Amino acid sequence: MKSLEELKAIRDKMQGAVTLRNESEAGTRIVVGMATCGIASGARPVLVALSDAVAEKKIEDVAVTQTGCIGLCQYEPIVEVLQPGKEKITYIKMTPEKALEVIDRHIIGGQVISEYTIGNVLK
Amino acid sequence: MYRSHVLVCGGTGCTSSGSQKIIDAFESEIKKNGLEDEVQVVKTGCHGLCALGPIVLIYPEGSFYSMVKADDVAEIVSEHLLKGRVVTRLLYQETVKEEEIIPLVETGFYKKQKRVALRNCGVINPENIDEYIAVDGYQALAKVLTEMTPEQVIDTLLAAGLRGRGGAGFPTGQKWKLARTLVPDADQKYVACNADEGDPGAFMDRSVLEGDPHVVLEAMAIAGYAIGANQGYIYVRAEYPIAIERLRIAIGQAREYGLLGKDIFGTGFDFDIDLRFGAGAFVCGEETALMTSIEGNRGEPRPRPPFPAVKGLFGKPTVLNNVETYANVPRIILNGPEWFASMGTEKSKGTKVFALGGKINNTGLVEVPMGTTLREVIEDIGGGIPNGKKFKAAQTGGPSGGCIPAEHFDIPIDYDNLISIGSMMGSGGLIVMDEDNCMVDIAKFFLEFTVDESCGKCTPCRIGTKRMYEMLDKITKGKATLEDLDKLEELCYYIKANSLCGLGQTAPNPVLSTLRYFRDEYIAHVVDKKCPAGVCKDLLAFSIDKEKCIGCGMCAKQCPATAISKTDYIAPGKKLPAMAIDTSKCVKCGACMGTCKFGAISKQ
Repeated sequence: MKSLEELKAIRDKMQGAVTLRNESEAGTRIVVGMATCGIASGARPVLVALSDAVAEKKIEDVAVTQTGCIGLCQYEPIVEVLQPGKEKITYIKMTPEKALEVIDRHIIGGQVISEYTIGNVLK
Repeated sequence: MYRSHVLVCGGTGCTSSGSQKIIDAFESEIKKNGLEDEVQVVKTGCHGLCALGPIVLIYPEGSFYSMVKADDVAEIVSEHLLKGRVVTRLLYQETVKEEEIIPLVETGFYKKQKRVALRNCGVINPENIDEYIAVDGYQALAKVLTEMTPEQVIDTLLAAGLRGRGGAGFPTGQKWKLARTLVPDADQKYVACNADEGDPGAFMDRSVLEGDPHVVLEAMAIAGYAIGANQGYIYVRAEYPIAIERLRIAIGQAREYGLLGKDIFGTGFDFDIDLRFGAGAFVCGEETALMTSIEGNRGEPRPRPPFPAVKGLFGKPTVLNNVETYANVPRIILNGPEWFASMGTEKSKGTKVFALGGKINNTGLVEVPMGTTLREVIEDIGGGIPNGKKFKAAQTGGPSGGCIPAEHFDIPIDYDNLISIGSMMGSGGLIVMDEDNCMVDIAKFFLEFTVDESCGKCTPCRIGTKRMYEMLDKITKGKATLEDLDKLEELCYYIKANSLCGLGQTAPNPVLSTLRYFRDEYIAHVVDKKCPAGVCKDLLAFSIDKEKCIGCGMCAKQCPATAISKTDYIAPGKKLPAMAIDTSKCVKCGACMGTCKFGAISKQ
């Protein structure tokens, strides 16, 4: 190692990989329904798209996790966004493309994409 | 990018309870389910809760599975990793409260802990330098080399108040300052690391080396810069194969990255580290003996002064610190001395790692701020004493330390408090004893250890400890007189005052501290010829209560010495004649007592 930049480059590259192991509960949680119903309707590519995007864009304090059946199997894949002090937002019938929109507009931009939320789709 | 990380403990504790099989099972199950691009399996260092190994942690959920068996892995993969349903049944049950899963840091074992030296243990893969760099690894070395003078490094450590974690508690900054300044024209200096952890029941250093080897390398390089040395040696015992392997890998990777070797960060600073293996002699943990051993000679101590800071390894000025001391250094550099000094007590700053062992529920490794009370460590973190037994004493400092009795249960643990009550911090072994332990027997156990480990160079230690052991043996056999007790005490002080090195100077401590707090037990052995805890076999007599005995004869079947036979007496209400023990034949194994379902057999 001949320079500090080299060390910094390795750290930046690796940091996303290790922050996943953070014990803090304070940040944003993006939860993907991954029961049989979710998996059957394509939750896996959604989950992968979300976790890749969070890592690539180096978004801090966001955990992408999975959960079991939420009970609304006909609306899977379901993605919930939980942020401290805010109401839970439930997106339904997600695709990897829509998931990336959620990352860009909701997680980074702070705007709930209301056309994908359960309340609006079901109207 | 992996969306989920499966961390499996690869420390010595979990490895011996089968964690490698768990790792293999995870890898094959994950492959079977097509998750190999999404889920990463990482072999980490110790999480501390060794009693419940093998341990598996799954992130991002932070689910803590304990006592995992290879057969459980398929279920964890298909339920948790595939479908996202945490297998509550297999979780560490302290993390499950009223159907809710609470984070690990909220559990009794972890809540009061503060992990500084162990911060990366169980979190990163110790065989991957990139993961260490990701958690700010080698940033402290970079900062030191590019922004600080050696004097500033030393002043930072002095301000932080870091004291040696090997046991004696000498201020680390002071040690480095002496090595830097005492011999200004030295052509060569050395940095050495004492990883010859020899206390029975202590395994802090091993866990740091296994879980976070790079932190030691980084800190040694910092020490090298501070004192002006370009070569380091880690003296590690050969009984730590996993630690040695990970150190080898770590040194290889650091050299490849140029973090060890010539011209580090282009600053012109050279530093390299080599490993030296100890063959397991306890005395080689003493600094002068350790350095003699590194030099290739028989590991024997020599008189001080000259101290290592003047004349150490190969006759050159040397800094020698313990593994845990080094593990604190990079954090102090990065977070600042104020941060470190904000933890702990007035004269003992920071945290201390303890290896909990003996009669305690959560056997394992804990790190707490200095000044935490013994009660908190044993009851809150350690989960108390098994089977509802009563706390009697805790031994700190292993064979060099002393016992802390129940009356000092609320003493804040730091260097000075422990010395004031006749014990010492030691390297951090903490052995808990309950009412079933005989304190004379404990003292004898430690003395037996020091007799074995005395190198024999000086007479007080070589012969004195042997004589002490013989007196203790006499006491436990009921053959001693009160005069022997006085002689024993006198001999203790003589050995303390006249031994050459720390081994002999501290060897009488277990005897002195048990004499101080449990003299009544010694008196009971000497005068009443009784062992109150029922441990010393020669003072025990087993007997059968003929009124309680129903004459089933189970005890007679168990007795290996055929010492039990029928009598003529039939107790009122019983159908068969009672049994009796022939004490002349009895070998006092206690087998009869274990087998009697009627509580008719007792020992006294």
